[in-house]
Amino acid sequence: MRYLPLSAENREDMLARIGVAAIDDLFADAPRDALLTSPLDLPSRKSELEVERRLSALAGKNVAAGAVPFFVGAGAYKHHVPATVDHLIQRSEFLTSYTPYQPEISQGTLQVLFEFQTQVANLTGMEVANASMYDGSTGAAEAILMAHRVTRRRKALVSGGLHPHYAATARTLSDMAEDEIRILPPDPLASEDLIGALDDSLSCVVVQSPDVFGNPRDLRPLAEACRAKGVLLIAVVTEALALGLIESPGAMGADIVVGEGQSIGNGLNFGGPYLGLFAAREKYLRQMPGRLCGQTVDADGRRGFVLTLSTREQHIRREKATSNICTNSGLCALAFSIHLSLLGETGLKQLALINHANAVALADALEKVPGVKVLNRAFFNEFTLQVQGSAADLVERMAARGVLAGVPVSRLLPGAGLDDLLLVASSEVNTDEDRAVLLDALQAEMRA
Amino acid sequence: MNREGRPTQPQVATPHMPKTFTGNRALQVAEALIFETGRNDFTGVDLDPPAPFTPRLGGLERKSAIGLPGLSEPEAMRHYVRLSQKNYAIDLGPYPLGSCTMKHNPRLNEKMARLPGFADIHPLQPVSTVQGALELMEELAGWLLKLTNMQAVALSPKAGAHGEMCGMMAIKAAISARGEAATRKVVLAPESAHGTNPATAAALGFSVRVVPAGPDGLVHPDAVAAALGPDVAAIMLTNPNTCGLFERDIVEIARLVHAAGAYFYCDGANFNAIVGKVRPGDLGVDAMHINLHKTFSTPHGGGGPGSGPVVLSSRLAAFAPVPFLKREGERLTLVENAEGTEAFGRMTAFHGQMGMFVRALAYILSHGADGLAKASEDAVLAANYVRVSLGDVMSAPFGDKICMHEALFDDRWLKDTGITTLDFAKAMIDEGFHPMTIYFPLVVHGAMLIEPTESESLVSLTLFIATLRDLVFSALRGETERFLGAPHYAPRKRLDETAAARKPVLRWTPPQPVKA
Ligand SMILES: Cc1ncc(COP(=O)(O)O)c(C=O)c1O
Repeated sequence: MRYLPLSAENREDMLARIGVAAIDDLFADAPRDALLTSPLDLPSRKSELEVERRLSALAGKNVAAGAVPFFVGAGAYKHHVPATVDHLIQRSEFLTSYTPYQPEISQGTLQVLFEFQTQVANLTGMEVANASMYDGSTGAAEAILMAHRVTRRRKALVSGGLHPHYAATARTLSDMAEDEIRILPPDPLASEDLIGALDDSLSCVVVQSPDVFGNPRDLRPLAEACRAKGVLLIAVVTEALALGLIESPGAMGADIVVGEGQSIGNGLNFGGPYLGLFAAREKYLRQMPGRLCGQTVDADGRRGFVLTLSTREQHIRREKATSNICTNSGLCALAFSIHLSLLGETGLKQLALINHANAVALADALEKVPGVKVLNRAFFNEFTLQVQGSAADLVERMAARGVLAGVPVSRLLPGAGLDDLLLVASSEVNTDEDRAVLLDALQAEMRA
Repeated sequence: MNREGRPTQPQVATPHMPKTFTGNRALQVAEALIFETGRNDFTGVDLDPPAPFTPRLGGLERKSAIGLPGLSEPEAMRHYVRLSQKNYAIDLGPYPLGSCTMKHNPRLNEKMARLPGFADIHPLQPVSTVQGALELMEELAGWLLKLTNMQAVALSPKAGAHGEMCGMMAIKAAISARGEAATRKVVLAPESAHGTNPATAAALGFSVRVVPAGPDGLVHPDAVAAALGPDVAAIMLTNPNTCGLFERDIVEIARLVHAAGAYFYCDGANFNAIVGKVRPGDLGVDAMHINLHKTFSTPHGGGGPGSGPVVLSSRLAAFAPVPFLKREGERLTLVENAEGTEAFGRMTAFHGQMGMFVRALAYILSHGADGLAKASEDAVLAANYVRVSLGDVMSAPFGDKICMHEALFDDRWLKDTGITTLDFAKAMIDEGFHPMTIYFPLVVHGAMLIEPTESESLVSLTLFIATLRDLVFSALRGETERFLGAPHYAPRKRLDETAAARKPVLRWTPPQPVKA
């Protein structure tokens, strides 16, 4: 087996040194009748070539986003990632190292984390950010728990604009933790009255902006109302690129910001691995989940970085920890950080502007198609389209025409009576031709 | 001298190390923060501005500056390559972190995960366009079920701790379905358990009752029996345990737990020791997470990402969270909404760590059933080889008991040397090794947990052992300078963690202008 360096002779010598006759003597504590004495009835080893053939065949059955006009979003976005990013994250020293528990030989990872935390804090307009969560949805669920600890209240209010899968993730954790959670009805027009729903029994209110229907939300009035009632405002961002163009949640008064960072530096990957961004006001630092990297000095007085404030974490605090998270999304954070350091502020804003321009062009064109209607007054790079009939059926028929047109709202919210709504995203990867193909196919379908 | 008069042999040995202008040491080059070298008005990505258009942002345009430096591509390349050179890695040498399983990461797996048909597909595109991806998930699930002899698998958990959360939620759902949610509020766990176990239980509103282990490092049935009662929901037991031992009485423990109406959660972080040798389903386990980033070698990436699928017994299978796969003849679909099912809910926005599924399946197919068992055997063999080769000079808490994939030592042998486990670990760094896991498990004083994995050759193991023996003798001879100031040769000397925690600096801020 190509990954195993020991030879048969090595194994014999080692067994002799250990003082046992056979390998199974080392498994003597396993129950006798549970120890397998022959290989399971499963395929045996394969060469590299065979594995490549098998997996390439499976990959070949999927329609890759880059192969078709592609307008699918709803929490995961197709963007161009510079080649440098994927090269660098495959450096052995980044790819094949563990969590930086020995800081003297992990300064590479640690400095990256320090830079990442700074980038995330600046981007979200917050004071501190952690070294990553699994993804945006688990980050949002953990933010609610954090708010409960900070306020010593145990009831969350969730906007109807939060991605339904985020809401379901949060509901599961809240129900299981026996906390209260109230999720408002789906809100395609961003017309819900969150301020009216506030009361001082709430620990937090969770609002996504742009929301799942694409509407950017002005958080300022809500932030003010929250402050008056001692309620924390948790802002969720599922398209991190939007922060290049839209006012940061921190500047609008959020107390905790969680985000999905996939858009920057990371591919679609069918939903994972992704990157949870988590930032907060410094006064809540000790209640934050996840790892934190901090600056310090070494014995010679030189600047260096270490994991810090680990008395919040499971390996020190056990059942009193702020979260059970251990492994996080380190390498995805590296990819994010590299891409963002290539973009810089100028590039990020430009890229965000291009996304918005493409989405505006698409919305303008779609509004001229008979039988469809753009619901949003405002949006960033994704909006809601009202079509005639079932959006899910339309998407299937469009796929048959070679266009991936978006996400039917019914896939996220079955039974909500929103079957005619379609979420359509457009980014820098969409060409004028992509747009033309989408429009043609849609016009053909609407006529049919 | 060659003909041009160029010296071709070193001439004088330098008596001392001269200072350098930069402070650098040849390949060890200092690297500033991007915030110190980058410029906010510079970008390393060429983007043309869009044609003029009327924005539709609803008046929420960003007004303030962000504070994000940009780097040209050559600057970025150099920044990250230099940083990478300050890291240790499996690809550089042994990384024997006990419990973490730092085995070789095959590059075939990276290549496969980057096929556009896997890397460039969206979790919400029509299922008709991702049949290959769903097939891959089904195939991986099939392997996991057969290797564990369990009933169902939830693929979506994002890492081991998330898998624990998933398994314990399934248990809580099952207990609620029996109408016992209000009474069964206790989870049993041994003191040696990983911190994620009590943290998970507590997050779900359980209180943790500690089960003591015996002097042999094992949990004994009578201790479990004494701790069980009608208030107990589950036991969380790691097998092989965090001391690197197979829980000999695991079947009897499972029987007692079930007889008391509770469930058996197994922390499967150490499954890599027994793949193809023992199936957890044959031991009475009800739920177990599998760290694909340990057992099936998806790279750790400096802290993540991982993947933590959870296998479930027939007692819990129905409660598995959404999404799950459903086969309808030739076609696979995803059940994404819990309503109308017994699923306890949802763990995350999408379907789990697809990128890790591809890598893990590539690893599994490469090994096959025979190779997987061989990998476990070699891992156990290597750990025992280390154990007997160091057992005469270092103290082992459980004597010369056979271990599984990791060998555990304590610090009794360091008594009166003035050297701690931490000092010993730091001295290993100077020798070119990553230290073992230290101070875990907590039940052993000054623990040193060595997991060599199956990836080390005998030559590599031999050097590792010889080095540790040399360090041991050095410590016993009182050569404290080798330890107390260690590491001497790493990119940094020992770092002040107390200062870091006392006054946390967690982000870069512009230097304050100096007052004249
Ligand atoms: C015994 C044990 N349990 C649980 C975990 C948690 O796994 P993860 O880091 O993937 O969340 C680990 C590893 O860190 C472990 O060693």
